[in-house]
Amino acid sequence: MKQKYSLFSLARNAISGHENWKQAWRSPPLKSNYEVVIIGAGGHGLATAYYLAKEFGITDVAVLERGWLGGGNIARNTVTIRSNYMRDESIPFYVKSVAMYEGLTKELNFNMMHSKRTMVDIVQTYPKMRELRRRQLVMDIYGSTYEHISTEEVRRRIPALTGGGVDARLPIIGGMVHTDAGVNRHDAVAWGYARGADERGVEIHQQTGVTSLIQGPNGAIAGVETKRGTVRAKKVIVAVSGHTTTVTETAGLKLPLRTMNLTAFVSEPVKPLVDVIVNCPDSGFYFSQSDKGEMVIGGAPDMGQSFRRDIKQHVFEDTVASMLSLFPAFKKLKLLRQWGGHLDIAHDASPIMSKTDIDGLFVTAGWWGGYKAIPAGGLTLAHLVAKGTPHPLMSSFTLNRFKHLDFVMETGTTTAR
Amino acid sequence: MLNITCPFCGSRSESEFAFGGPVGGDRIDPNNSSDAEWVEYLTVLPNPLGPVQEKWWHVRGCGEWLTIWRDTHTHKILEAPHVPT
Repeated sequence: MKQKYSLFSLARNAISGHENWKQAWRSPPLKSNYEVVIIGAGGHGLATAYYLAKEFGITDVAVLERGWLGGGNIARNTVTIRSNYMRDESIPFYVKSVAMYEGLTKELNFNMMHSKRTMVDIVQTYPKMRELRRRQLVMDIYGSTYEHISTEEVRRRIPALTGGGVDARLPIIGGMVHTDAGVNRHDAVAWGYARGADERGVEIHQQTGVTSLIQGPNGAIAGVETKRGTVRAKKVIVAVSGHTTTVTETAGLKLPLRTMNLTAFVSEPVKPLVDVIVNCPDSGFYFSQSDKGEMVIGGAPDMGQSFRRDIKQHVFEDTVASMLSLFPAFKKLKLLRQWGGHLDIAHDASPIMSKTDIDGLFVTAGWWGGYKAIPAGGLTLAHLVAKGTPHPLMSSFTLNRFKHLDFVMETGTTTAR
Repeated sequence: MLNITCPFCGSRSESEFAFGGPVGGDRIDPNNSSDAEWVEYLTVLPNPLGPVQEKWWHVRGCGEWLTIWRDTHTHKILEAPHVPT
């Protein structure tokens, strides 16, 4: 089954007209019983399946996906990978995730097109500067990188930054540099993990939407009802992002989550112009230039709960207006496409990876910027599911924190602007 | 973009409003409820795929707080305050 990707395999297949590539994963028939069922073939679902098989030897796993593999929020983000968070609990987790991402191409034998390119925060208010300096002090403890630079240095590193001068409403007062940050290719992450999991025996079933959870007579989880029939399992993982409560409420389980829509949009491709990830927390937007040359731009979430995947006109206009105040030259850019993803956010803006009140039911949710967390999220959730005890890196992110009102109030997320 | 009906100003653009969160349950009596019930009251809000009741603040208008029913999937406003004529 295993087909290694390399320069030689590329050359060999080129000679035979690229007609002999094997499928990267199988499409086996759906069984009626598995050891573990994972709902959602997105980043976290596939990564969890991969690490369950690789690290813990649990291969009787089915990943059930309503749509197609990698078509959810893993295709609806801005591929920013970073670890500049605020809390003692968060930073080591994201440091681990960033490190795992950097080795993922080798690990999965799949080109992630990882580009470690540094993130520069453009700071325009003193309260924000104080907050970021505070983050720097916490990050120093946990081996992440954050460094203050002057306004002149910000402009030297980002020549396209011509706005925000002394007469602007919010003049630039300096910047912070996070050298660990990078971007990569989201499809490769989904496909790489899917291929790696499949190779180890995990089954991936697309077009298999889960309609409800099934509980046994003792209240423990017994399986899931799908559009293709009943699938029984003693352990079920919900990894469905914005629809977490929709799924868990079929078993009467309420969770402290609200679903919101976060959007992004992309410009036409232009010549290389900006070689770092630019984040403007005071103006409320961020962007990076993709390898194709497009500007990938993100802003604030919609107001109110939303299960939609489109963008509201005024959210889009606000983001563009703030961007043009700092990058007036971007006025000439044409925008090509936009997307949104609905994701759920917990009361304290930190993720939830946890057992639940229903025995055997696990959730991974509350990911606000969950793309950067995929490798560490998958590894630590697999640990929880296989061993029954939380991985040290995520022990603060269980539902227990709500029981004891011991929140991890995170300000390092997009929404915290 | 939503057009939200303010009882004083009539139908106004969403950009004049601030979101005040979904309407939760009534405050329970902390002395007569278990820890679990109290925590649920504090942290769990309605998150339906469908109609939700929510508060909005006409902060860039007359300053009125109001409550609407809105569908979280279609964004259609199902029930809005009555505007006296």
